[in-house]
Amino acid sequence: MYRDRLRDHLVLIVGVIVMMGPILVAITTSSYDRVYIHNHGMQIGWGGNFLETYRNVLFYKGGFSGEVTGALMAMNSAILGIGFAVGKIVVSMLAAYAIVYFRFPLGTFFFWVIFSTLLLPLEVRILPSYEVVQQMGLLNSYTGLILPLIASATGTFYFRQFFRSVPDELVEAARIDGAGPFRFFIDILVPLSKTMMAAIFIIMFVVGWNQYLWPILITTDEHYFTLVRGIKQVLQVYIGADIPEYNEALAMAILAMLPPGLVIVVFQRMFIKGLVETEK
Amino acid sequence: MKTLDIRNVVKRYPNGTLAVKGVNVAVEEGELVVFVGPSGCGKSTLLRMIAGLEDVTEGEIELAGRVVNDIEPAERNIAMVFQNYALYPHMTVRGNLSYGLRNRGLPKDEIARKVAEAARILQIEEYLDRKPRQLSGGQRQRVAMGRAIVRDPAIFLFDEPLSNLDAKLRNQMRLELKQLQRRLRTAAIYVTHDQVEAMTLADRIVVLNAGEVEQIGTPEEVYESPASTFVAGFIGAPPMNLLEVVVEGGVALVGGERVAVASRHAGPAILGIRPERVQIDPEGAHEMEVEAVEELGATRLVHARLGNQPFTITQDAREARPGDRFRVTIPPGEVSLFDRGTGRRI
Ligand SMILES: Nc1ncnc2c1ncn2[C@@H]1O[C@H](COP(=O)(O)OP(=O)(O)OP(=O)(O)O)[C@@H](O)[C@H]1O
Ligand SMILES: [Mg+2]
Repeated sequence: MYRDRLRDHLVLIVGVIVMMGPILVAITTSSYDRVYIHNHGMQIGWGGNFLETYRNVLFYKGGFSGEVTGALMAMNSAILGIGFAVGKIVVSMLAAYAIVYFRFPLGTFFFWVIFSTLLLPLEVRILPSYEVVQQMGLLNSYTGLILPLIASATGTFYFRQFFRSVPDELVEAARIDGAGPFRFFIDILVPLSKTMMAAIFIIMFVVGWNQYLWPILITTDEHYFTLVRGIKQVLQVYIGADIPEYNEALAMAILAMLPPGLVIVVFQRMFIKGLVETEK
Repeated sequence: MKTLDIRNVVKRYPNGTLAVKGVNVAVEEGELVVFVGPSGCGKSTLLRMIAGLEDVTEGEIELAGRVVNDIEPAERNIAMVFQNYALYPHMTVRGNLSYGLRNRGLPKDEIARKVAEAARILQIEEYLDRKPRQLSGGQRQRVAMGRAIVRDPAIFLFDEPLSNLDAKLRNQMRLELKQLQRRLRTAAIYVTHDQVEAMTLADRIVVLNAGEVEQIGTPEEVYESPASTFVAGFIGAPPMNLLEVVVEGGVALVGGERVAVASRHAGPAILGIRPERVQIDPEGAHEMEVEAVEELGATRLVHARLGNQPFTITQDAREARPGDRFRVTIPPGEVSLFDRGTGRRI
């Protein structure tokens, strides 16, 4: 018994070290200044530059225009992540609602059409997508960043499965209680889907936050840059002329990891709570 | 006055299944009518058509004086209690009771008053702020009933509402349901496949078989004079004895035995007699041998043979043993005769 616990913990501790080690080293290294890092490589100890580095990253106005701060990039990332996740949830819930609860010609066919878009990820259709966004004049805008990404076959599929598992009796009880299609969706289906929504939000927020290729294509204005892009930028801007700001790049990487981590911690609790108290 | 009048109603499902084949039933004001029949006979389908959850293929349903065929369930002035309660899991008991009223746009204080009233009647006041999952099966059942009561409907529709409860609670809830319905003086239709439930609850029973009405009558009528062999076999436990006989001059011939019948019918027929109406009588006309005995607690069920056809007798004597021989009398007034071809009562 005790032996087993010990062994389990050992395995877990090893896992934690392997997973968290690089992150820890990134944190410690980011507390040194760039020259020291350039000369001595990654560090495990604690340099004295920690606060200064992070303050710089967040608030120093940099970039070509001299107006972009880390905080602005973090906000852009948040807008992209949240817009991406919320948009996907809204669109896929509505699509699934239509497919499950309304009889319309070729309903199943349309579902499979939506489903088959799984075979066409963004990378495959990136040129036409860019063309459309460009012609609509949405380059360098949040709409252009988010809108073309929010259709989600995966989300639609999950919500469809979930809605199908809602008992018919519940639908009928609501009908007798005078809930029309709209009321039923808002009053019954949305509250019942909380767990599903939390789960999909976790996944989609992280995916949205980490978007790289699409933002590079759609935004050329620095004011729309995201953190993930900023990391690259920090290293690039000074390269050749000076020693790169290794410490700031690392700090930015750490900052870029915090919000998704936080989202997972917060929503996971909701998610597990939802799973334990199975409603329906 | 009739609360509900069902006229020549037919239901054909889109896949072609003919679930209800021309049914006529009327429910009087304040009456509790039970639809009973074996699984798949169309009870739920008929009830759901009254509720408006299924379209009516043919015929008319008239509720409180207006034809409701094309009226939405919410506007029909009905209330339905489902087998699995169908409570909204994310709402409190109070929310469950008031949801329908809120959708109707009733003023807040009136909703509060109705909910309080229903909660008092059903003794669920303590649970008003709980979620359904924090309630026991019996309490959920009450909440489901409460949701029906607050609507103040013209008719209650129950689809096997007690089948998820254990036997003891089921008996208790059945009694409460009947008292409640009496008190509210609201008409109700109760669907079940359990004939005991049907007998104890009903003012009138509608026996359905394969989408058709076999018989409509009070529990006593259905029990004492079943309209067909189907009803005779379905209502009553143990079921009525049914023997193939040939009738001649007031006597039914079963193998070698001669049973007196009060009928002028002549020719082949089916003879029915309830097991508890057969009298054990040392002077009786028929002798038989005990083949097996089933202990039922208060009584015992003796399996024997009459004219080489299976025959059961309920009796309370304790001495019957397999192999014993005894004599019985079959009172002519207790005998029913049915047509061999159609199974209808003669
Ligand atoms: N949605 C449907 N589509 C096609 N056929 C159906 C549908 N619902 C029910 N049926 C068929 O209609 C017939 C009557 O079904 P119904 O549910 O009314 O039976 P029931 O008397 O309520 O039985 P139970 O006691 O098992 O609930 C059955 O043969 C069933 O298979
Ligand atoms: Mg049924």
